[in-house]
Amino acid sequence: MRSDRTATVLGIVLLLVLVALPFFAGKYYVQLATKIMIMAVFAMSLDLLVGYAGLVSLGHAAFYGLGAYLVALAAPQYQAANFWTSLPLAVGGAALLAAAIGFFAVRTQGIYFIMVTLAFAQMVYFVFHDTKIAGGSDGIFIDVRPDAKIAGWTPFDLADFVQLYFVVLVAFVAVYVLLRVVLRSLFGRVVQGIRVNEHRMKSLGYSTFRYKLAAFILAGALAGLAGYFGAVQYGAVNPEMLGWHLSGSVLMMVILGGMGTLTGAVVGATAFLLLELLFQSLTEHWQLLMGGTIVLVALFLPHGIAGLARPLFGRKDG
Amino acid sequence: MAASVLSVERLSRNFGGLAAVSGVSLECGMGEVHAVIGPNGAGKSTLINLLSGDLPPSSGRVRLDGRDITGLSSDRVSRLGVGRSYQKTNVFLPFTVFENARLAAQSRLPSSLRFFRPAASLRHVNDAAERAIGEAGLAGREGVAVAALSHGEQRQVEIAMTLATSPKLLLLDEPLAGMGGEEAARIVELLKRLAADHAMLLVEHDMDAVFALANKLTVMVNGVVLESGPPEQIRGSRAVQEAYLGGDEEHD
Repeated sequence: MRSDRTATVLGIVLLLVLVALPFFAGKYYVQLATKIMIMAVFAMSLDLLVGYAGLVSLGHAAFYGLGAYLVALAAPQYQAANFWTSLPLAVGGAALLAAAIGFFAVRTQGIYFIMVTLAFAQMVYFVFHDTKIAGGSDGIFIDVRPDAKIAGWTPFDLADFVQLYFVVLVAFVAVYVLLRVVLRSLFGRVVQGIRVNEHRMKSLGYSTFRYKLAAFILAGALAGLAGYFGAVQYGAVNPEMLGWHLSGSVLMMVILGGMGTLTGAVVGATAFLLLELLFQSLTEHWQLLMGGTIVLVALFLPHGIAGLARPLFGRKDG
Repeated sequence: MAASVLSVERLSRNFGGLAAVSGVSLECGMGEVHAVIGPNGAGKSTLINLLSGDLPPSSGRVRLDGRDITGLSSDRVSRLGVGRSYQKTNVFLPFTVFENARLAAQSRLPSSLRFFRPAASLRHVNDAAERAIGEAGLAGREGVAVAALSHGEQRQVEIAMTLATSPKLLLLDEPLAGMGGEEAARIVELLKRLAADHAMLLVEHDMDAVFALANKLTVMVNGVVLESGPPEQIRGSRAVQEAYLGGDEEHD
């Protein structure tokens, strides 16, 4: 279809721009783009739950934050963690936490699901806030970025902002492609069927619990991946990275961009961070402007900012 | 008549103090069409919900091929070979006709926890979906979103989905409700053909269709079985006449 081709061409152009960015943009913009891509991964992982499985989670930062904390916890003091072991540790740790929380949470529906995910995430928050683990309420600095040395060779240095940018770009593209594939898979169709009509999925013979739990674990693992890079870029971790404020922000990104499309999550994360900067430059009461923007989008753009492009492309899954 | 596929013993379900279904026993064998009739509120839909696992019974037994399935959840009951359709159309409105049937056919895979296999790539699943769509009379409408179909066509999607799960026992809750004459006649013909190699339990208000299809009838009133037997017996029964058939023309 022609509209499909337009979207593909646009995607390739965007990718080329992203690859070229560090060659013409300054440090500030490269770091901003890195942060946007990290948040886009985080938002896509939440969109899998909210937009595709119909599970509105208000505790998604728990997995992002755990991924972030595992960067710090994997490193011996004043030394670097090993990238190749700490990254799987962060992703796997977040997946395990998601399995434990999801086991209880996905048994509930609607408002109860929101409350249960929020409650679990706050429990995780207070574990890190109220104990001495990784600096308690102050958090802890990551003194040295994870070391990517493998068999004597170091393919990239995460302390270098350009190289970090490219590693994050690879992760961002990989997560996007992975989710595209998963959403078209046998599993992906079941998850979308559950959002539309869970009762009918059950009567067709699907044990919906199993599929919702799998989606919850996958979303948690990818949020952990985002958290890992979030911590690496920020150079520190603190309990706010697990808090419900961040869970709310990422949910707003998904709604702002348009639920149920991956591009929507990416657009939402980008718009949220850029608007935040814009409003912060205008007034210290920027949260009022941000809140107002969210209200306007919710009222007048039911398919989010990315929905504006719908008439151009016709299709809605992408 | 062959051995019973479905065997129900003194099945009851109470909602608070109300006995919606009370002590219902019935059998349904392969090749048999068992119609359950009765006035509104007789407990017919509740009975179907008890058999399909949508509701757990308060007491009694349900057996499928001799196996006790009482109180099993609806997904387990479905996987054991029971297909049901709903009185109130219960489909995936934003999806296409094909995707509705395809999802139903996909449910017969041992597991759908397959994250990389494209859903549209399994030939036997696609074929099963296509066949069910054809049988339900929707060939040519595969690519249309179900939300854009007429009410009657949505009813046909409901039936296509039920068939796509390849059940041996069909539980059909008013399959003809809301269909036009032509569509209804087509579905009656389809059900006649399906009857040969399925066991079929049918709740229906269209008495012409019931007497055209059923070789056994159970009449329910206020949650209890008033009478059960072959069509001639029911037609001739005074009790049934008084309670239902001859009474107010309540059915549509």
